[in-house]
Amino acid sequence: MTKPLLELRELRIEFPTRRGTLVAIDDVSFAIAPGEVLGVVGESGAGKSLTGAAIIGLLEPPGRIAAGEILLDGMRIDNLPHEAMRRIRGRRIGAIFQDPLTSLNPLYSIGRQLVETIRTHLDMDERAARQRAIDLLREVGIPAAERRIDQYPHQFSGGMRQRVVIALAICAQPQLIIADEPTTALDVSIQAQIIALLKRLGRDHGTAVMLVTHDMGVIAETADRVAVMYAGRIVEIGPVAEVIRAPRHPYTVGLMGSIPSVVDDRERLVQIDGTMPRLTVIPPGCAFHPRCPHVFDRCRRERPELLDADATRAACWLHAPGEKSANAGPRGTKVRR
Amino acid sequence: MTAFVIRRLLQAIVVMLVVAFVAFSLFQYVGDPVQLMMGQFATPADRIRLTHELGLDQPFYVQFFHFVVNALHGQFGVSLRIGKPVSVLLAQRLPATLELSICAALLALAAGIPAGVYAGLRPNSWLARTAMSASLLGVSLPTFLIGILLILVFAVKLGWLPAFGRGDVVHLGGWSTGLLTRSGLLSLIMPTITLGLFQLTLIMRLVRSEMLEVLRADYIKFARARGLSDRAVNFGHALKNTLVPVITITGLQLGSIIAFSIITEQVFQWPGMGLLFVQAVSYADIPVMAAYLCLIALVFVVINLIVDLLYYVVDPRLRIDRAGASGH
Repeated sequence: MTKPLLELRELRIEFPTRRGTLVAIDDVSFAIAPGEVLGVVGESGAGKSLTGAAIIGLLEPPGRIAAGEILLDGMRIDNLPHEAMRRIRGRRIGAIFQDPLTSLNPLYSIGRQLVETIRTHLDMDERAARQRAIDLLREVGIPAAERRIDQYPHQFSGGMRQRVVIALAICAQPQLIIADEPTTALDVSIQAQIIALLKRLGRDHGTAVMLVTHDMGVIAETADRVAVMYAGRIVEIGPVAEVIRAPRHPYTVGLMGSIPSVVDDRERLVQIDGTMPRLTVIPPGCAFHPRCPHVFDRCRRERPELLDADATRAACWLHAPGEKSANAGPRGTKVRR
Repeated sequence: MTAFVIRRLLQAIVVMLVVAFVAFSLFQYVGDPVQLMMGQFATPADRIRLTHELGLDQPFYVQFFHFVVNALHGQFGVSLRIGKPVSVLLAQRLPATLELSICAALLALAAGIPAGVYAGLRPNSWLARTAMSASLLGVSLPTFLIGILLILVFAVKLGWLPAFGRGDVVHLGGWSTGLLTRSGLLSLIMPTITLGLFQLTLIMRLVRSEMLEVLRADYIKFARARGLSDRAVNFGHALKNTLVPVITITGLQLGSIIAFSIITEQVFQWPGMGLLFVQAVSYADIPVMAAYLCLIALVFVVINLIVDLLYYVVDPRLRIDRAGASGH
């Protein structure tokens, strides 16, 4: 792997509360190479969005980074002063949020919002910034950009607004885009267009993307690698094709099983029994063990680190050297689909 | 837009007509004006003649019509107490009330909005907490008490400010202003604070709660994620989105400031319309009361119209959408 653009090292995010400290993210490490698309998948509350917020330095208080490091191009950015971090946001790391309907300020024309952002980061006069704004709108596929630039968000449809949001995120040519559920709020037909747009932009500009979603289908279509999160930790990380073809963590197996397929004629979707534990009551050992079909003693006692499992890495004792024979588990078995 | 203004104007006319009718009906309770004017030694023939001259033998809707026409010309008859035309009396008093009301409104806005923004941005700072607690006092203390306390401290004990009146005024055309003399300005301070304090605290609390709400919005998060400066986010994106409710309340409050300056004017013996009105009530001076009623209604109607128009300036979603939202 080339020198990573973004690197997270053992990141831990805590929320101090009156009844003790909640650990929302623990020991999360991953890297994104320049131009790479990393999918981050998991259930709501697994800590995906929180990780994204921590990277751009916008954790909502009282949440705070308690341990670990975030490096952008080899430079630590998790402990930067407010003003220095502000200059990185939008300039070197762009962000796209879930709901395009609420991401744009309803009282400003989209042109004004674009020009404002461009001029915050780039040394341009009003005219040049406006021209760049029109070019950006064209690039993200908004027809009649010269005319529409002076319109307000409510005059755009949901899909068009998400294009505007993307234009805003890329307007200073960031090296990395953090896209937090960029398609979740959109119609299925629009989803495909937005995903295609993100892929094209990443390719054209060499922009790396951290794609946060709970939709394994979107990941499969877009990402180069995927990190699966569960209860604040990464449980499996690897090349997306490998993870989809042969998931190594029982939780990933369950996630795959829950995707409807048009090809197969299945009676019902596989579902993972139970729910993800709340942060206050994360079980000892492996957090997934109460729901795991392959659970054995060690899972209840010790928490597994990420272990090499063929092409991917999974935090599961099934892949520990000594456990192979005793527990066949999902290792090597194909998902039943 | 034009259609909207025309519709609003028509509504305003209806409101004014209703108020005029209420004012007109006041006259039905003063007794017989003919009796009052002629005294007890008039002959029945004289009485009928005067009744006819005054138009009082005509049906009430004709009388009402004449009342409205006269009111449109600013004619509300003659004050029963002072014996001068009501229009002249009001014109004399109007500048005093307007100057006081506008100063109070400016104070409320100039101090209330920044204080509210600050309290919204730093809800846990001790300054914001202190301001919030103090604002409870401002909301709950009755106006007259604040006025009397101010007089006690600054006029009686300290002797810094005049206790009553308007000080020296300068006449500019038909307008008498106290803003150009030292004593006029000093006299203005305490009434302005008294009248504006309630509005100030109200606006501050309103802006604070709106800011707290707006700061949680996705577009604020997104604005921060784009790296915009705190100034641009807080005072541009956030504050502008709090403006619609603030404009609504401020507009209504400005109307109330003018209408209910009565108490403040009474406490400080401020020679404005409110004081004129209070005196008119105690003398059952119906023409003055009727005129005051119509004038205040006009003030409210005009302010509401301005508020509605300001919505259009602030919020593009209300403007008529000529281009139309096009599809994907």
